Amino acid sequence: MSTMLSRPAIKKFKKPLHISEYPTGPCFEAGHLVTENAGWRIERPVVLPEKCVGCYYCYLCCPEGVIFKSEDESKIEIDYAFCKGCGICARVCKSDAIEMIKEACF
Amino acid sequence: MPVEKAFVSGNEAVALGVRLARPHVISAYPITPQTTVVERLSEMVEDGSLKAEFMYVESEHSALSACMGASSIGARTFTATSSQGLLYMAECLHYASGGRFPIVMMNANRSLALPWSIYGDQRDSLSLLDCGWIQVYVEDAQESLDMVLQSYAIAENGKVLTPVMQNLDGFALTHTYETVEVPTSEQADAFLPPFETPYKLDLDKPKNMAFSTGPADNMEFKYQQHKAVLDAVKVISEVDESFYIHFGRRYGGMTEAYRCDDAEMVMVTLGSITGTCRAVVDELRVEGWKAGLLKIRFMRPFPEKEIMDLSTHVRAIGVIDKDISFGYEGTIFTNVNSALSKARTGVYALDFIAGLGGRDISRQDIRKMFGHLKDGLQGIELNRVRFINIGVAI
Repeated sequence: MSTMLSRPAIKKFKKPLHISEYPTGPCFEAGHLVTENAGWRIERPVVLPEKCVGCYYCYLCCPEGVIFKSEDESKIEIDYAFCKGCGICARVCKSDAIEMIKEACF
Repeated sequence: MPVEKAFVSGNEAVALGVRLARPHVISAYPITPQTTVVERLSEMVEDGSLKAEFMYVESEHSALSACMGASSIGARTFTATSSQGLLYMAECLHYASGGRFPIVMMNANRSLALPWSIYGDQRDSLSLLDCGWIQVYVEDAQESLDMVLQSYAIAENGKVLTPVMQNLDGFALTHTYETVEVPTSEQADAFLPPFETPYKLDLDKPKNMAFSTGPADNMEFKYQQHKAVLDAVKVISEVDESFYIHFGRRYGGMTEAYRCDDAEMVMVTLGSITGTCRAVVDELRVEGWKAGLLKIRFMRPFPEKEIMDLSTHVRAIGVIDKDISFGYEGTIFTNVNSALSKARTGVYALDFIAGLGGRDISRQDIRKMFGHLKDGLQGIELNRVRFINIGVAI
């Protein structure tokens, strides 16, 4: 379980300088999403550690795969560079441990 | 060793070629006049003479999708379609070329509805010229068989990795019986090595496949496709030479010029009408006309150089279009004329729209076309786009 929830190492995306650096066709080893696309988020999910029981149901339900375990495995974290703020995590959390807070408040 | 010969239709010649290419997966949906090619292939799979998975799917859209899936794990794939079926595949055609899956597909050229028609013209494939596929048009049954092997060699070349659509004129070629030489499987294997995809979907080496790109990277992939099809020009010629070494037959690559060297008037053809036109050129030569014929074999990549070269030593070029882009002109003519405009040689050119919906194009019709070219050269004012053999006054 812990390895599944661990975040893969993030490699810095290096923009190709020559056409030969692109793969031939859209097929590539470990081709992660490189475009940060959280700009349209209007509400941000915030995890309340005191309420979180570590059931990881939010991790299972997140359609973007942006929920992960912190490195010391003590808490749940969210990658805000890719979270679109859909609120599914907050909706499914049985412990009400995730709050949706307006982006304007940050 | 005696050469094995077979008396087969164009479709059956394609099936024989496909068997020699040893595809792993064949996925198809039947449609007239393509049906007999997949019938023969399913029989070959049934009798064990072709070890392939035959997927009988519920539509053309699924047929090509299945080929893409199979191709992504490194399988050699084949499908065949025609007309409405090809159009039903349209979405997948772009997907396959963008995905760089080297699928080979036979298309039986047939008219498009409405009015409903099962007969031949080339509006189906020519209306999909921009889908990123290499398009080759063959003239007879032997070329149909041979080009299946060549098509795989072209599509799977590392510089190309682009699917190939091999077009046979519906009925005129798909259902006409001719004697063909059938290569042995040893010969075919020596010519066509097994397909090795560099981008195999593999559990041990996971990859993202068929991903999306935002505006920051998308255009680079489209440039790559353009370059791959341009690079195919050289590969097409190399494959034709290699084929000649293995089988003793060659087709000239992008085009085949017939009696063009000293010609004043040249007719440009695509597909099976070339045979009739060749006979007319011979007749006219006997009568003292300096007539010639340029058979376009590949519409993509386009034989721009061959047409520009031709324009330096001929006075008039006619194009037989078994298609029309309504309200403008035939698509072959648009492409030929673009090359002519770049050559700036001032060659007189006419577009002959003929054979739509299966209307016969006779020797007399082609003689008439040469006659129009002659009239034009003599200064008689003619419409550039001319419908040939319309049965009523217009």
